[in-house]
Amino acid sequence: MSDLVLVESPDEQDLRSGVRAMLAAECTGQSVLSFVSGFSDPFDEKLWRTVARGMGLAGLLVPEAQGGAGAQYRAAAVVAEELGRAVAPVPFLSSAVVATTALGSSASHELLGRLASGERTAALAVPYGLWSAPALLSAQDGAVTGAVRGVADALGADVLLVPADDGLYAVEGSAVRRTRIASLDETRPLCDVEFSAAPARLVAPLATVPCALRTAATMVAAEQVGLASWCLDTTVAYLKERYQFGRPVGSFQALKHRLADLWVELTQARAVVAYAVADLAAGGDDGLVAASLAKIVGSEVAVRAAEECVQMHGGIGFTWEHPAHLYLKRAKATSVAYGSPDRHRARLATLVDLPLEAS
Amino acid sequence: MASVMTEADLRARISAFLAEHDPAAAAGGGDADRLAFLRARFDAGLAWVHFPTGLGGLGAGRSLQPVADDAFAAAGAPDNRPGRIGIGLGMAAPTILVHGSSEQRERFLRPLWTGEEVWCQLFSEPGAGSDLAGLGTRARRDGDDWVLDGQKVWTSMAHVARWAILLARTDPDVPKHAGLSYFVLDMTAPGVEVRPLRQLTGEAEFNEVYLTGARIPDTQRLGDVGDGWKVAQTTLMNERVSIGGGALPREGGMIGVLAAAWRSDPGARTPGMHDTVMRLWVRAEAARLTAMRVRQQLAAGAPGPDGSAVKLSFATLNQQISAAELDLLGDEGLRRDSWAMGRPEEVDFTGRDAGYRYLRAKGNSIEGGTSEVLRNIIAERVLGLPAEPRVDTRVAWKDLPR
Repeated sequence: MSDLVLVESPDEQDLRSGVRAMLAAECTGQSVLSFVSGFSDPFDEKLWRTVARGMGLAGLLVPEAQGGAGAQYRAAAVVAEELGRAVAPVPFLSSAVVATTALGSSASHELLGRLASGERTAALAVPYGLWSAPALLSAQDGAVTGAVRGVADALGADVLLVPADDGLYAVEGSAVRRTRIASLDETRPLCDVEFSAAPARLVAPLATVPCALRTAATMVAAEQVGLASWCLDTTVAYLKERYQFGRPVGSFQALKHRLADLWVELTQARAVVAYAVADLAAGGDDGLVAASLAKIVGSEVAVRAAEECVQMHGGIGFTWEHPAHLYLKRAKATSVAYGSPDRHRARLATLVDLPLEAS
Repeated sequence: MASVMTEADLRARISAFLAEHDPAAAAGGGDADRLAFLRARFDAGLAWVHFPTGLGGLGAGRSLQPVADDAFAAAGAPDNRPGRIGIGLGMAAPTILVHGSSEQRERFLRPLWTGEEVWCQLFSEPGAGSDLAGLGTRARRDGDDWVLDGQKVWTSMAHVARWAILLARTDPDVPKHAGLSYFVLDMTAPGVEVRPLRQLTGEAEFNEVYLTGARIPDTQRLGDVGDGWKVAQTTLMNERVSIGGGALPREGGMIGVLAAAWRSDPGARTPGMHDTVMRLWVRAEAARLTAMRVRQQLAAGAPGPDGSAVKLSFATLNQQISAAELDLLGDEGLRRDSWAMGRPEEVDFTGRDAGYRYLRAKGNSIEGGTSEVLRNIIAERVLGLPAEPRVDTRVAWKDLPR
């Protein structure tokens, strides 16, 4: 535990700069606002092509044998953080992290190769907020039947991975009925999915699902750290240039202290997430504790940073035209995703032997 | 000042009025019947009973107003759709009453109260939010008129309003508080352009208002030239009372929504959420009883800084409660009804869906005085703590950094 590295390597720093520079050009606040206002595409396809094919980032967690980079959790966390910083509407988390992990490293499936290349995307067909064992759909004679509500990024997924009676099944997106929901976070839209005897093939054992959810909790926390850092940076910049009462708003101590506290909280979240990612990369001695910690701390800092960002921008922060609301909605939705802080605190209590009940 | 009007006197007058004007027929009839009833109620002094006789009131105590409202409601009488004319009732009317000339009171108050004329408020600007006194919309004297140029923002109801209360800069060469004057603007005048302003909920509840050479006759000035800031204080104190100061039963408002969600879904209950819900329930009840007490104090006098405290806790609680509701609902809370850009005329902070409530509540700590400004008001005007050193109060407005 003690020798886990919590600081970035030069390679990781280079990756971060590269992704950030690409996003600064191709994923601005204005472009995400246009995407969300259009309420049509399931994700930004052009941006996803750049992320997945152009930069080759969809295969970071795919084993090398299947054409990926092989379990590069640290790199994947850097990418998740930068995508969170840009509230990028791409299925990196759902396809390149969650679905890929759910397929499992042992699966010598051609699907993994196509996910790694970014040629196809997949979504794990579970509710976005799932944190424990999923409800299982019925599988019979190579077909799956049932319904799942509120699945993230399933609308544009080529393949859905469905936890069913005796394993994880792959179903073509074209074989299911998908109903789009007006989602709180339209940068990662949810949809309801119905399977009526949809042709399915068994691709992995169910045991991969908890592993995928644990990885999801950690990676979404990385995304939340990126989101919170955008909120802090943007608010600090605004408070330097916005004048009221003849002075920069940032010169008021009541606001400075809140931002200083936020910076402290963000610094801690960065360390907690770095620990969870390092633990994943090292094989996961402290996996469940680390993931729950990351999800709790990440969710709290993201929501607080986004709420402060809206409040400290005043009126303009409450408008549609300013991107702050994209961050607020992503923060609140990711707080629910893969288990709310409340759920993870309850799990953590058991893991660290701090039970609620009197014994 | 002791009021001569007792509750029994008031009830007798209302009974007499209702005997002469059939409330059910007015409510069931067309717009003309409804309006005739409301005008008669105004003329009988039963509109706002604490207003003076001849202006819709009887010079009675403020505390008697609920008696009148309840009696008319119980009789099935049509109301003036208060949700639609909140700015007129809550802000314009008290300001016109205190600072208006008798001609202005005669002209504006009756159609304001009956709802024939909707009012909006043109105060905030993109560059003047918390620092309202720093606003830059110019009013230049031209004969008997004032000519207006500038931009206002966060104007609810501007798209349907007939009149606006407006604060503008009449003298940029003096310190900012001294160079403001207060006007009533005809929203149908040339040079007034209203554009919808979409907010983070997806709707456009507010507007931006562009003033380009719009003219206001000097007879529509409220208070003296240069006294705009003083006049505006009356409006703002009343605004804070009207946001968050309404009478509610236990579990009225946002806490009722959270309590209902808790009761309806046992499966969502966790020890952590239970603790959160109970803490918020207690805070909400404390805030509700405080608002009740402030209203009783108010019945005896004008709104003071206590209204700021009520509005501050209302904003904080609405945000905490709506956030807790989303936490409780989990996945289901992430589903919205729509992102369409509606233009609501009446706003219900507890309406629509959990996502709406969470997002809309973010405005509660910004609109009508930010929570930061309200804390300063409490610290300085209630507690008497010294103000921070000011760099902006003695310099000519035109020389301020911005």
